[in-house]
Formats: sequence, structure tokens, C-alpha cells
Amino acid sequence: MMQFFVQFWDKFCFWLWRLGGLSRMLAQALKYTVVNPPRRSTILKQMFEIGVMSLPVVLITGAFTGMVLAVQSYYQFHKITMDTAVGIIVGLSMTNELGPVLTAVMIAGRVGAAMAAELGTMKVTEQIDALHALGVDPVQYLIVPRFIASVALVPILTVFSIFVGIVGGYIIGVELKGINATFFLKNMLDYTRPADLFSGLIKTVVFAVIVCIVSCYEGFHAEGGAEGVGKATTEAVVSSAITILIADFFLSIVLL
Amino acid sequence: MIEIQDVYKTFNGVPVLKGLNLTIRDGETMVIIGRSGCGKSVLLKHMIGLLKPDAGRILVDGVDIAALGPRELMEIRKKFGMLFQGAALFDSMTVAENVGFALYEHTRMTDQEIRERVTLYLSMVGMEGIEDKKPAELSGGMRKRVGLARAIAIGPQIILYDEPTTGIDPIMGDIINDLILKMRDTLSVSGCAVTHDMTSAYKIADRIAMMYDGRIVQIGSPDEIKNSTNPIVRQFISGSSKGPIKILDD
Repeated sequence: MMQFFVQFWDKFCFWLWRLGGLSRMLAQALKYTVVNPPRRSTILKQMFEIGVMSLPVVLITGAFTGMVLAVQSYYQFHKITMDTAVGIIVGLSMTNELGPVLTAVMIAGRVGAAMAAELGTMKVTEQIDALHALGVDPVQYLIVPRFIASVALVPILTVFSIFVGIVGGYIIGVELKGINATFFLKNMLDYTRPADLFSGLIKTVVFAVIVCIVSCYEGFHAEGGAEGVGKATTEAVVSSAITILIADFFLSIVLL
Repeated sequence: MIEIQDVYKTFNGVPVLKGLNLTIRDGETMVIIGRSGCGKSVLLKHMIGLLKPDAGRILVDGVDIAALGPRELMEIRKKFGMLFQGAALFDSMTVAENVGFALYEHTRMTDQEIRERVTLYLSMVGMEGIEDKKPAELSGGMRKRVGLARAIAIGPQIILYDEPTTGIDPIMGDIINDLILKMRDTLSVSGCAVTHDMTSAYKIADRIAMMYDGRIVQIGSPDEIKNSTNPIVRQFISGSSKGPIKILDD
């Protein structure tokens, strides 16, 4: 029993240590973003990687999420002859929950994994030590461009995701299931307020910070060659996804 | 001058440095020899502030770098150039971007001026004409030479060499040794190399320090080390498995 508590305490201390490391990295990234931002070219390079290259994945995810929502909700609402409520469900769910959360999870899978793998490889091949040795802070040089690009572009990607999700829902509901287009759109616009989109985008900014900082942190702490980089990459995606879902719960309580 | 005074370092409960003392004088090349895994690279990383000691002081020109904050440490690191074991070239950049990295970051030189300096440093290490190649296109020896060009580009007072001849063939190893001597003579820089390659150590060292069990057990000129009566040093330089050095501890 005593051994169980000792192990639990060790894990708790390790968790606190990690949380401290993540907080310190976030504080450093915020400081450099304001005080000493990196060159525009390095930010643009990351914006291309994070924004442009993620667009196809985000669009496909958003479109199919909207279509599935329309199919499922139509199936239920049709039984009680409330077919036009499909527009409300699609609009509210995409702006408030599914658009931001699924986009963030997809970004964690695509961008977070790439960040952890790239920085992890740099760590185990001493390239991060080389940056230190050349008098450059790796947080400023490697993390801040990714941080700025993530915070700037993940909300834009989410807007695209929401838009194609709603279009997908519209196609399924109106074109395939025969719901009246006017009622579909009117109901959706009546019940989906600008505040819903706003709260969705606030969540997205938080999720972007989570994906970037967690992934960079895992990459920076990779150890032991290829195996260590693999572990860091897995940990980055899993930790980011779980943290996004937990943060979504608390943000939903605060923002609704 | 670098003075390492009574430095201790432990990793996961395993002591690596146990009250180590060492002084590297201005203008000399000090070579630290010892078995693989004995903590030579750890010691080198302490000298440039990549690791902080658990106890003890590391004085660089009289400044204790273990007590410095991140910003001051960044400044003092500009006194150093470091050649890493695997060269640690930035693989997303070209050779020219690697060599000119410190100039881009720390000076206001134009792209053309940096390009000229890069060509100069690459010619010093015999690697002119490969500016636009990526590190992945280079052999191990070429990477080391580009790594050396990057290390000298910052205009260091001290160059640290982590296993400069490991992983390359003996002829390329000798070329690297000649380059280290050339750096000392032409740039008048101090040097500190860690290696277990005795051919390299005898060739490049002004003094050799033997590290064992977290401490320096003997310091002397290459001739003094060759003729050492210390049984630990004798066993190491003769490459014998029989003797006082513990074999099963790693």
C-alpha cells in the first residue's frame, strides 16, 4: 500500500514538473513574441506549413463532420417532423463545438506531430545544443515562429472548417433529404448567434496554444535517438488531444 | 582562460563528475582523454554552459558561468565555438546558411558580406564550392569540417571539440587534426578537445588530461602522458583490458 502511495506521489510530482515546464515555455514564447519577435521569413515559413499545408485535411474533416451531423440529426428529427431543425444542429454544433475541437485535433495530429518529430530530431542530434552554443535561444528561434503561426492560423482554419461543415450539412439536408432551403437557413441563422462563432474562435486560440506548446515541449525533451523521437511524437499528439478535450469542457462552461 | 573548480554533476542518481578540477590556459589546446561514457562530453558542455554543475564553479575569464542568467550566458557563449560529435549541422539549412548562421543572428552584415565570409571560412577548412549543398549530401568528414567552419565563424576565443575524429576514417581524422592545429596557429584561439583517439590527442595537444571516475587523474604534456607511471593512464593509453580501470561499470 505504501509503495502505491510512493508511486502515486512520484507521478504527481512528475506531472507538476511537466506542468511547470510547459508554463515556463509558454511564458518565454509570449515574452519573445512581444519583446523580440523573430524574422518575418521564419514566421511565414511556419504559416505555410501550419496553415496552407493543413487546409486540405481541415476542409475534408469539416465537410464530412457537417454531413454526418445532418444525416444523423435528420434521421432523428424526421421522426417527429422537425426536419428544419437540422440547420440549427449543424450551425450550432459546427460553430461552437465540432468545428473548433475537430480542427484542433486534426492540427494536433498533423502539425503537432511534425513539430515534435522535427524538434525531437534536432534535440537528439544536438542541433538544439548547437543553437545554444551559437548564442541563440532555441525558444526564440524555433518555438516563437511556430507559436505565432499557430495562434494566427488555427482560428482561420477553423472558420474554413465551420463553413464547409455548414455547406456539407446544407447539401445533405436540402439537396439530398429535401428540407426546405429557406427554413433550413432561417432556423440556422436565428439560433446560431455571432457570440457562438466568437466563443468557438476563443476556444480555437486556446487550442492552438495547447497544440504548439505541448508539441514543442515534447520535442525539446526527446531523449535517446529514434525511439525517443517516436515516443515524443506520440506523447505530443495524445497529450495535445486530451488537453484540448479537457480545456473544451472548462471553456464551454465559462463561455456559454 | 577556463578554470573548473571542484565541479560535481549527477544524472538520475549516478555521479558523473566528482569534484573535478581543471585549468585551460589562454592559447593552449587541452585534450581530455578517458573511456567512452566517463563524462568527457558532459564536462565540455559544462564549459559552455549547456549544463549547470550541481556544485562547484566554472570560471571563463574570471566569470563564474554557472551563476549567470540566460541572457548573460548567451553573451558569454559568443566567446566559444563548438564542434559537436556529429557536427550538429542544421539539416533544414544549406552549408552556407549553417556557416553564416551566427553572422546572420549577431551581426548587421549584409547578405553579400556574409556570403564572402562563409566562402572564406569554408576555404580555411578546405570545403570551398559546397555552399548550396544540404548537410544530408555530405560525408561524415565533410560535415565535421563544415561544423568547424561554423564554429570559427563567430570569431571565438576558445574552440571546444567533442570527439573531433570519432566516426571518420584515419586519413580524414588526420586532416581534422591538422585543421585544429591550423585554427590554433592562425586564429590564436585556445582549444579543448575530448577524445579517446590517442593518435589525435598526441598530435593536437599542448597538454593532456586523463579523466577517470569523475576526476582528472593526471595532467601533462603528450610526452609526460606517454611516459606516465600512473597505472590508470598506462592501461588507457596502451588499450589494455587488464588493469585498475573498472570495465563493468558502464
